[in-house]
Amino acid sequence: MHIVVCTKQTPDSAAKLTVDAAGNVSWGDSPIVINPWDEYAVEEALLIKERLGGNARVTVISMGPEAALEALKHAIAMGADEGIRIWDPIFEGSDTLATSYVLAKAIEKMGDVDLVLFGKSAIDSQTGQIPVEVAYRLGFSPLTYVIKIAELDPAGKTIIAERLLEQGRQVVKAPLPAVVGTIKGINEPRYPSFMGIRKATRAQYPVWSATDIGADPAKVGAAGSGVRWTRIFSPPTREGKAEIIQAETVEETVRILVDKLMAEKVI
Amino acid sequence: MDFSLTPEHEMVVRMVRDFAEKEVAPYIKEYDRAHKPFVRAIERMAELGIMGICIPVRYGGQGMDYISLGLACEELERVDTFLRVVMSVHVGLNSLGLLQWGTEEQKQRFLVPQARGERWAAFGLTEPGAGSDVAAMAATARREGDSYILNGEKMWISLASMAHNFLVFARTDPKAPPHQGITAFIVERETKGITTGDIHGKLGVRAGSTGWIAMNDVEVPAENRLGEEGEGFKIAMSCLDNGRYTIGAGATGLIRACLEASAKYAHERRTFGRPIAEHQLVQQMIARMRRDYEIGRLLYLRAGWLKNQGIRNTWQTSLAKWFATEASFAAASDAIQIHGAYGYSDEYDVERFLRNAKGACIYEGTSQIHELIQAQYVLGYRQDRPLRCELPAYDPEEWQREA
Ligand SMILES: Cc1cc2nc3c(=O)[nH]c(=O)nc-3n(C[C@H](O)[C@H](O)[C@H](O)COP(=O)(O)OP(=O)(O)OC[C@H]3O[C@@H](n4cnc5c(N)ncnc54)[C@H](O)[C@@H]3O)c2cc1C
Ligand SMILES: Cc1cc2nc3c(=O)[nH]c(=O)nc-3n(C[C@H](O)[C@H](O)[C@H](O)COP(=O)(O)OP(=O)(O)OC[C@H]3O[C@@H](n4cnc5c(N)ncnc54)[C@H](O)[C@@H]3O)c2cc1C
Repeated sequence: MHIVVCTKQTPDSAAKLTVDAAGNVSWGDSPIVINPWDEYAVEEALLIKERLGGNARVTVISMGPEAALEALKHAIAMGADEGIRIWDPIFEGSDTLATSYVLAKAIEKMGDVDLVLFGKSAIDSQTGQIPVEVAYRLGFSPLTYVIKIAELDPAGKTIIAERLLEQGRQVVKAPLPAVVGTIKGINEPRYPSFMGIRKATRAQYPVWSATDIGADPAKVGAAGSGVRWTRIFSPPTREGKAEIIQAETVEETVRILVDKLMAEKVI
Repeated sequence: MDFSLTPEHEMVVRMVRDFAEKEVAPYIKEYDRAHKPFVRAIERMAELGIMGICIPVRYGGQGMDYISLGLACEELERVDTFLRVVMSVHVGLNSLGLLQWGTEEQKQRFLVPQARGERWAAFGLTEPGAGSDVAAMAATARREGDSYILNGEKMWISLASMAHNFLVFARTDPKAPPHQGITAFIVERETKGITTGDIHGKLGVRAGSTGWIAMNDVEVPAENRLGEEGEGFKIAMSCLDNGRYTIGAGATGLIRACLEASAKYAHERRTFGRPIAEHQLVQQMIARMRRDYEIGRLLYLRAGWLKNQGIRNTWQTSLAKWFATEASFAAASDAIQIHGAYGYSDEYDVERFLRNAKGACIYEGTSQIHELIQAQYVLGYRQDRPLRCELPAYDPEEWQREA
């Protein structure tokens, strides 16, 4: 079984974002890390591999410049088998449409992929569009918000997954190959191991160019993107007020809380 | 000269930091307040391989270098001192002592399970009547056939009530000059005649464990003797070269914790119409923390580099330990000052930082002892002599060899 995990690098979640007058976004000198949601995807791939008694291969891919190596390295240090970076200067300026095209072309090139795992969204751009776009392009079953992979049958080529929706849990069965968007709670991602860290820092990370994956230059980068940015600005800072209700008794505290919530029309 | 960390080091830092922030930081106040040992955190350090970080793979360790050990200690103590104390005694004072002085058989029997984190290790040198003056120790070991019979009491021993293996020192020759009559032994908790207990009412490291070991006619097989008879003092001192390294690195992490907490609070708290960060006298305290953090870090990284090269580093390590522990106490005191009254309560972390910082100015050589060591080296009263067994230089291939 061949499992691909798509991942990207993001600024550390503690990073402070600033936007200057010209609309340039900066994360300051924040460290670059693997997109935190993607750690669940990598962990799930490793758990599947362990369940199949090692009878699976986990490849992590990322479309991005040099910095994308951080995400690949982290995944290898956790235990993934191989990391491939997909990059070409003509990919610069890609929106999700162009990015999903590139990822799909790379997965297509591999030819033998049964399962593609994603994190819920990337913590920087946060559209959550990539997984479904990739599934659509490849014609794979799109399964998003997956909280549990209940069954995976490589021989019968089926997957049963539980999706966590606002209405509740939905159990779905789908044919493989499939795209799975994981969410927090599906597992507890492991830390990189020391042995994994050594492997990750010594591994080779092949770079696949536009030509390597047979990408049409008209469909990548700014040329292949549908999004046009008209203005970029910092959202106004939210001014919240916290109030701690302290009454003599629990009952009294609850009564005050309920009154306030009703007054604010929350309940 | 190269001041950069390797990509490997950077990943080690991130991994240990993630662990400490996710699994210890959210709960540490609760344990500290309750004076309750945070056992689960130690178990997790064992599972993650942190407790065998710089031990060769073939001895059950992770095969990283001595600098990784220091970096890990910095990250651990940034969250809480007790985590680093575990590293100091388990890795620095005990496991590295076995790596340096142990026979192949002793390494297989004791170092392997320790490096895997299956058996925890402590270091029993101090006694009720002998701290700085190690040679004044009263514990005795009497040879009887193929065994030694140990008697005496060890006091202020980290992990005393939790460790499985103890490295203890006792006098084998009452007639020899004080420094020459001491011998080191590996004693397992299961041995008959060992009792241990905890010391209560400590100022700091309240989530850790500090206690006593009483030895009453404890029979230890001769093959558990570490080094030769009479070599104990030298062994103890060489173990301290490694324990002190972990303390210097850890105290540097504590300064960073003070610096981060202070900078954050200084931006939030306003007086006289502006954030206190804009008052120059507050800036002065923050500038000093930055200065001391950078000095502490340079000092311990140099000591780590010397260890990697296999070069003796007694005074360099002593300097790193002395400087960083005193500076961490000053940083914690200033951090409380910056937090004002809030810093005086356990609502914030900085009061715990102060309580934890003090211990490190006392154990593994009080600040006074380190001050004397520094002067003695400069004045020529003290010189390093080659040891029968030196701490092996770090050789990645050798460390990562499977068998
Ligand atoms: C160098 C660079 C230039 C960019 N320029 C533009 C631009 O000009 N215009 C514009 O609109 N956007 C631009 N982007 C943003 C880019 O379109 C999005 O960051 C990217 O498509 C991911 O979208 P998202 O963050 O919403 O991911 P989501 O859809 O929220 O992420 C879901 C999952 O997809 C994975 N994923 C996302 N991106 C990748 C990737 N590249 N490789 C592998 N897996 C991935 C995530 O890791 C996550 O697991 C640029 C990004 C980069 C790196
Ligand atoms: C939290 C904690 C954990 C510990 N863990 C361990 C452990 O795991 N294993 C272990 O063996 N020990 C441990 N110790 C003991 C520690 O190493 C000793 O406390 C330390 O060596 C000092 O000895 P002492 O307390 O007997 O002080 P003393 O030696 O009695 O010193 C008292 C004071 O006199 C000063 N002084 C002593 N001699 C001189 C001198 N020549 N010149 C100037 N001043 C001098 C000292 O600096 C100090 O200020 C621990 C201690 C603490 C607090």
